[in-house]
Amino acid sequence: MTATTKTPPSQDSRTAPMSASKVSAVLADRRLPVLVTATLFLAMYITGLGRYQNYGFGEPQVFLNLFIDNGYLLVAAVGATFVILSGGIDLSVGSVIGFTTMFTAWLVERQGVPILLVIPMALAVGAFGGFLMGYVIQNFEIQPFIVTLAGLFLFRGLCLVISKESIAIGDATVSSMAQAQAQLGVGFLSVGAIIALVVLAAAFYILHYSRFGRRVYAIGGNEQSALLMGLPQGGTKIAVYTVSGFCSALAGLLFTLYIQSGDPLHATGMELDAIAAVVIGGTLLTGGSGYVLGTLFGVLVLGLIKSLIQFEGTLSSWWTKIATGVLLCAFILIQRAMTARKKT
Amino acid sequence: MATTATTGTASRWRALTHHHLFWPVAVLVALLLVNVPFTPDFFSIRMTDGHLYGSLVSIVLFGSPLILVAVGMTLVIATGGIDLSVGAVVAITGALTCSYISDQADQNALAGVFLAMGIGLVAAVVCGLWNGFLVARMGIQPIIATLIIMVAGRGVAQLITDGQIITINSEPYKLIGGGYWLTLPFSIFVVAAVVAITVALTRRTALGLLVESVGGNAEASRLVGIRSMRIKIMVYVFCALCAGIAGLMISSNTSAADGNNAGLWIELDAILAVVIGGTSLLGGRFSVGGTVVGALVIQTLTTTIYTIGVPTQTNLVFKAAVVIVVCLLQSPKFRAKVFGARFGSKPGATGGTSPAAPAKTVTTPADAAPKMEVS
Repeated sequence: MTATTKTPPSQDSRTAPMSASKVSAVLADRRLPVLVTATLFLAMYITGLGRYQNYGFGEPQVFLNLFIDNGYLLVAAVGATFVILSGGIDLSVGSVIGFTTMFTAWLVERQGVPILLVIPMALAVGAFGGFLMGYVIQNFEIQPFIVTLAGLFLFRGLCLVISKESIAIGDATVSSMAQAQAQLGVGFLSVGAIIALVVLAAAFYILHYSRFGRRVYAIGGNEQSALLMGLPQGGTKIAVYTVSGFCSALAGLLFTLYIQSGDPLHATGMELDAIAAVVIGGTLLTGGSGYVLGTLFGVLVLGLIKSLIQFEGTLSSWWTKIATGVLLCAFILIQRAMTARKKT
Repeated sequence: MATTATTGTASRWRALTHHHLFWPVAVLVALLLVNVPFTPDFFSIRMTDGHLYGSLVSIVLFGSPLILVAVGMTLVIATGGIDLSVGAVVAITGALTCSYISDQADQNALAGVFLAMGIGLVAAVVCGLWNGFLVARMGIQPIIATLIIMVAGRGVAQLITDGQIITINSEPYKLIGGGYWLTLPFSIFVVAAVVAITVALTRRTALGLLVESVGGNAEASRLVGIRSMRIKIMVYVFCALCAGIAGLMISSNTSAADGNNAGLWIELDAILAVVIGGTSLLGGRFSVGGTVVGALVIQTLTTTIYTIGVPTQTNLVFKAAVVIVVCLLQSPKFRAKVFGARFGSKPGATGGTSPAAPAKTVTTPADAAPKMEVS
C-alpha cells in the first residue's frame, strides 16, 4: 500500500504550492523520518563546527571516528533493524555482544586458540543462539520479548560462567588487526569500521533488493496477510533472529577488537542503544516500514551526541543518556503522527 | 462406593492442580525443599535481639522491592502493556530522596525525612503519568513509550546525584528498608500493605474487572462505557508509585543512592515474576497473588543458588532456564506438541492451568500492536 503511494507525494511537493494537502503528503512519505534524522545529524554537526571549530572539530578524522567508535553499534543496530522490521524485538543483543567478547578473550588468551579460528566459532555461536530463539518464538508462539529476555539472561550468565573478571587480550594478531588502518587521504578507518560499512551495504541489498527482504517487510506489515499469501513465514522469522544473533556476535567481535579485552559486563544495555538507533533512524516499531540507511543515521546521531559531549568537556556523560531519551521521544512522536495520518 | 470416592478425590485433585496458583506455589515449595539437604535448619526461625531471623525471613526481606515492583507491573501487563521504566524510577526516587535528606542539617528530623520521601514519590508519580500519557493518549506501544524513561531516567538520576553515590545517615529513613517492627523487618509490612490494598482495590471493587476488560479489548471496553484511557494512565501511575516505594526501600536499606546501579534489571525480574505468577503477557487477566509467589520464586532461586554452593555467577543462567521452562509450559502449542497425546483426551485439560490459553487468537505482537494503538 505504502509502496505505491511513495512517489506521488514527492512529485506533488515539487509542483504544488504549500497547502494542507502537501503537509499531509509530506507526513505520509515513508522517507520522512530518515530525512528528519539526516537533517538532525547535519544540524548537530554544523552546530558542533560552530562551537568547537578551534578545537579541531572540523577535522575529517573526527567525522571518520564516528564510524570507528560506533562500528560495533552499527552492526548490532543493523541486526536489530531486521528483527524490528519483521515486527519482533531482540533484547539479547547486548548480552550476546558481551558474551562474544568473553568467549573470544577466553579462547585466545586462556586456551591459545588462534583468533582466525575463534572468529568463525564466535559467529556460529551467536547465529545459533539467534536461531534457537527464533525457533522457540516461531514454533511455540511465545512472545519475542520474553524469549529474547531469557536469551539476555542466558548469555549474560554464560559470560559470568566463563570468568567473573575481565580478560585482557595481548595476542599479537588481535593487536595488529585492531591497529590496522585504511588510509582514505583525508583520514583513516579501522578494520572494524570497514566491516561495519560492509555489513550495512549487505543489509541494504538484502532488505531492499532480495526476496528475503521482501518477506521481512511483508511479515512486519501484516503477518496474517503474509501467511495467506503463502509466504514461508516461519522460516523467515527464524532467519531474522538468526541474522540478529549473527550481527550481535559480529558486533561483539568488533567490540573485542575496539576494546581489546573481554569483560562479563561489556555492552550491558546495548540492546537499548541498538533499538534506540533503529527507532531514531525512522523504522516503525510495529514493523513493516523503515530503511536500513535510517539506522546508519540513527547510530551516527547517537555517536555525534557522545563526541559533542566530549568536545564540550564540562558536560558529564549522563547527558548522553538524557539526550538519547529526548531524541527517542521526539522520533517516536513523529512516527506516531505519521501512522495516525496514514489511518485517516 | 469405592469408585465415587476415587472420582471425588480425583476431581478435587484436578481442581487443585488447575487452580491458577498451583504451579507457581509448587515450584516455590520445591525450590524451598531443595535447600533442606544443604541447610538442615533452613526452615527454622530464631529470635535474636528481639528480631526474628531465618532464611524464610530474609527471602521475604530481600525480595520486598521486587514484590512491590512486580505487583505494579502486574496491573500494567493486565492492560496489555509493559513498563520498562521501573528500574529507572527506582533510581530516580532513591536519588531525589537521598539527596534531599543529605542536604538537611539534621538528617534524623522526621519532617525532613517525610518531605524527602514525598518528593521522591511525587517524582515517581510524574514518571508514571508521563508513561501513561504516551501509552494511553498518544497511543504509542508501551514497550517503546516506557523505553524513553528507561534510557533517560538513569541519566536524570545521575544528574540528581551529580554522578556520585550519595550516602546518608538517617535513622528514621533507615527503618523502611533495614529496620524492624514487631520483631519483623519493616519492609515486610510495607509490602503486605501494598499487596493488601492492591488486592482489595482490584478484587473488592470493579476496578480489577475494568483493568482486565481494557486488557482484553481496549476499544470494546471504551464502547461499553469504560474510560479505558483513564484506566491505562492509572495503572502506569500505580506501577511507577510501587517502583518509587521500592526505590525508597532499596536506598534506605543501603543508606545510599546509586543512580547507576539502583534497581538495575529489576524490570526484567519483575516481568519474570509476573509471568511465573501466571499472568499472560497479552493482557486481559491477572493474578496479584501469583505475582507475589512468582517474585518469591525468583528470590528463593537466588538464595538457593547461594546455599547449595553453586557459583553465584550462574544465577542468570538458572533464571534463563526458569523463564524458558515457565514460558514453554504456558504455551498451548508446546503443550499440544509435547503432552498432546496425554491431555488431548481430556477436554479442558489444556486450558485450565494457563491463562495464556484463551489468548490463542492473538498470537503475535504485530497483531497486538494495533489493539494498543486504539484508545
